[in-house]
Amino acid sequence: MSAANPPLRRLSTLLYQRPRLLLLALLAAPLTWLGVIYLGSLFSLLAQSFFYIDGFTGQIVHELSLRTYAELLSSPANWDVILRTAGMASAVTLAAAGIGFPIAYYMARYATGRVKALFYLAVMLPLWSSYLVRVYAWKLILAKEGIIGWTFEQLKLSWLLEGILAVPVIGGPSLSVSYIGMFLVFTYMWLPYMILPTQAALERVPRSLIEASGDLGAHPFETFRKVVLPLAFPGVVAGSIFTFSLTLGDYIIPYLIGSSRFFIGQVVFLQQGTAGNIPLAAAFSVVPIVIMAIYLTVAKRLGAFDAL
Amino acid sequence: MRSKRKAIGERASWGLKLAALLGLLYLHLPMVFIFLYAFTTEDKSYQFPPPGLTTKWFAVAAQREDIWQALFLSLRVAATATCVALILGSLAAAAMVRSSFFGRETITLLIILPIALPGIITGISLRSAYNLLDIPFSTWTIVIGHATFCVVVVYNNAVARLRRTSGSLIEASMDLGADGFQTFRHVVLPNIATALLAGGMLAFALSFDEVIVTTFTAGQQTTLPIWMLSELVRPRSRPVTNVVAVFVILSTLVPILVAYYATRGTESVMGSGR
Amino acid sequence: MASAVRFAAVSRHFGEVRAVDQVSFEVGDGEFFAMLGPSGSGKTTCLRLIAGFEQPDHGRVWVQEQDVDGVPPYERPVNTVFQDYALFPHMSVADNVAYALMVRRVPGTERRARAEEMLELVRLKGMSARKPAQLSGGQRQRVALARALISHPRVLLLDEPLGALDLKLREQMQLELKSLQRKLGITFIYVTHDQQEALSMSDRLAVFNHGRVEQIGTPEEIYEHPATPFVAAFVGTSNLVEGADAERLIGLAGAYSIRPERIALLAPGETPPADHIKAAGAIEAVQYQGASTRYDIALEGGGRLVVVRQNAEGAGRMNGPKTGERAILAFARDAVQAMTGDGS
Repeated sequence: MSAANPPLRRLSTLLYQRPRLLLLALLAAPLTWLGVIYLGSLFSLLAQSFFYIDGFTGQIVHELSLRTYAELLSSPANWDVILRTAGMASAVTLAAAGIGFPIAYYMARYATGRVKALFYLAVMLPLWSSYLVRVYAWKLILAKEGIIGWTFEQLKLSWLLEGILAVPVIGGPSLSVSYIGMFLVFTYMWLPYMILPTQAALERVPRSLIEASGDLGAHPFETFRKVVLPLAFPGVVAGSIFTFSLTLGDYIIPYLIGSSRFFIGQVVFLQQGTAGNIPLAAAFSVVPIVIMAIYLTVAKRLGAFDAL
Repeated sequence: MRSKRKAIGERASWGLKLAALLGLLYLHLPMVFIFLYAFTTEDKSYQFPPPGLTTKWFAVAAQREDIWQALFLSLRVAATATCVALILGSLAAAAMVRSSFFGRETITLLIILPIALPGIITGISLRSAYNLLDIPFSTWTIVIGHATFCVVVVYNNAVARLRRTSGSLIEASMDLGADGFQTFRHVVLPNIATALLAGGMLAFALSFDEVIVTTFTAGQQTTLPIWMLSELVRPRSRPVTNVVAVFVILSTLVPILVAYYATRGTESVMGSGR
Repeated sequence: MASAVRFAAVSRHFGEVRAVDQVSFEVGDGEFFAMLGPSGSGKTTCLRLIAGFEQPDHGRVWVQEQDVDGVPPYERPVNTVFQDYALFPHMSVADNVAYALMVRRVPGTERRARAEEMLELVRLKGMSARKPAQLSGGQRQRVALARALISHPRVLLLDEPLGALDLKLREQMQLELKSLQRKLGITFIYVTHDQQEALSMSDRLAVFNHGRVEQIGTPEEIYEHPATPFVAAFVGTSNLVEGADAERLIGLAGAYSIRPERIALLAPGETPPADHIKAAGAIEAVQYQGASTRYDIALEGGGRLVVVRQNAEGAGRMNGPKTGERAILAFARDAVQAMTGDGS
């Protein structure tokens, strides 16, 4: 029996005799990359949030202190930013759940074969296609001279659009610089992230359970509310993790479609860039991490991780 | 079968059908406008309906040296990042799939973290690390950022396929006289090839139009998404931007469809990749 | 007789679970050796220790008189037929069968010829171009067999190879495997949880329970003289008599097993041989089982016995005693088997 390649075979035998060595050999490269490069820079950023900027010289003081966090939390303007971002994230999450659920429900319960594949592709394509182009499409749509304005004009309803835009806070000079516009774009962008886990959870609701509920004389609506909804809920929560977290961290959409009222991501971007206040930028980037940590803890209680 | 499927309460109501349809329209209609606007004669605003249609902007865009350069940089970055992600992602998947060891959960978390945390955090972390270590911006500074979040895409695809592949296949191969390397070549690789293809394609698509992390790691370099972002912030050549947008849609469509067909009917991990 | 496989105080632990605990046994060259036990009893882990997919925590394993400590599967003179067959889905039947030759760089023409030869041996001629997915369960089983036999191993390991087949096919394959083993003259080590299969096929068998070997012996020894209550109960049906019941019935202290078919149900007026042990009781249940009928009897004075009577020609063939009637039982002294092992 001639062995294939003696040196390789010897190495293979060595790894067989020492399984830990094999594991180490496999994990060495990925762990070095993610553990050293990625985690290393992440920790160096977090470390910087404990430094602070000297008010007079404008220089970073490399000394551990909670001064930057105190500065972050004591400013009402910063709280505005945080609440505004969290508020938008909540609104987007609710809307995505509302719009996404019927699609997920139809996919899981009624679509079969080719239709199902088509639905799946239709949800998945936007998920992977260009982020920027998708935002850009809405810039075209929301522009004052764009399709929405034109439609309202054709229907002789321009007054209605203006009325909506005149509403304080959510309105603005045009849809493309209003919270309504931003909300529409965010919901559009993250909708597939809500549909897929919801659909996956609904797929797992056994058909027999729904039929059993029907056999026991439950009204279809009652079956839906008492059987389907509770079982699908973890999926919706899993989806909401994405919609919530993605909205929290995004800075490009508020930058392109929004007013001058900042969101967390923008503040981080500006603080590290033009303002050059790395400690504050670092401290600000801890905010979404903390919010998500809280959110994930709650989501875990609701059983969302089984639906991921 | 047919009668069973159409049992009581089994037909979708009109309300549900309508809601699902409207949802899908919301998801897809906006892209139609990108195509429409690529042909508009209006070059100063986003006027609807377009006053006229023309194909001249495609020729104009093709003449733009800056776009070509940005495109080549993007392709170079995406290709490199995909290669790195393929290697790291498959190694991690092979290590994680059937072994159990102390710290396993932590490593899973570490692999998912780059996509679980907002991109801006990854971006700003790398940026500050580059500053700290005085690393000048280069193609590699972009690649490092991209590969970091592409690893998980490959990893997810590879792990899903390896889990589905019966563990006794590997044992059977070793039992029949193949050492670890021969087993990898003759049994493991043919069985996970399409999953790796899918993972690689998705990683490529992800890297090709990534903008959030790239903003921080590119310095003065311009990738295609960075070029687009600057046009979106301060529109200088709207019609050319429209053409580029069409190009980007079509060119990301190919790898996504390839990935879809490579994993069709086996596992649906494409949704969990991002 | 040279030994094909030898275990000396082998243990394999998975965390807290002792999958294999201080197991020792020896399999002779050319033997058909069955490892029988319920799932989780350690029989499959033993097989994997022989194949080299697991390595022992303690103890030593010899294959063909060679200590295989640290020897990888690809260098052991054994081959395995897997429970799920583990056919390579991306390869044709011929390529599957010739795999062992391919990784040893045997030239293509010889490979094809030997693969055809093996396929003929398992009666699958003409299937070589198919993919495993195009085969039935029984055909896959044969491909797995051909693939494992192509490099002429001295020892063939079979892990519940017939578990996925239906009853008729299983019975047919049992006969085929047995005759194949005789024809090739190699050692078969056969893992199963089916006691009937183990009894009918093997030359010797080991009964596993909780990671330990309870008893090793020929099928007759195991069935007629079970050493522990577990073996008595797991292999066939058994009446376990112990404590006060044993003293009353047999006149001895300890634990004993009596096979139900060794107990005679006496017809009214019939007298058993003088040296037989007699007992009386009420019939609580009668279960017709086709070839035989089973009676559950509550003994007068306590305890119960199960009696199985063949429905053969002769007296009382179809009109035996009924539920509620009194029955007189008798059995020979040598039907009483003392339990020596501690069991568990």
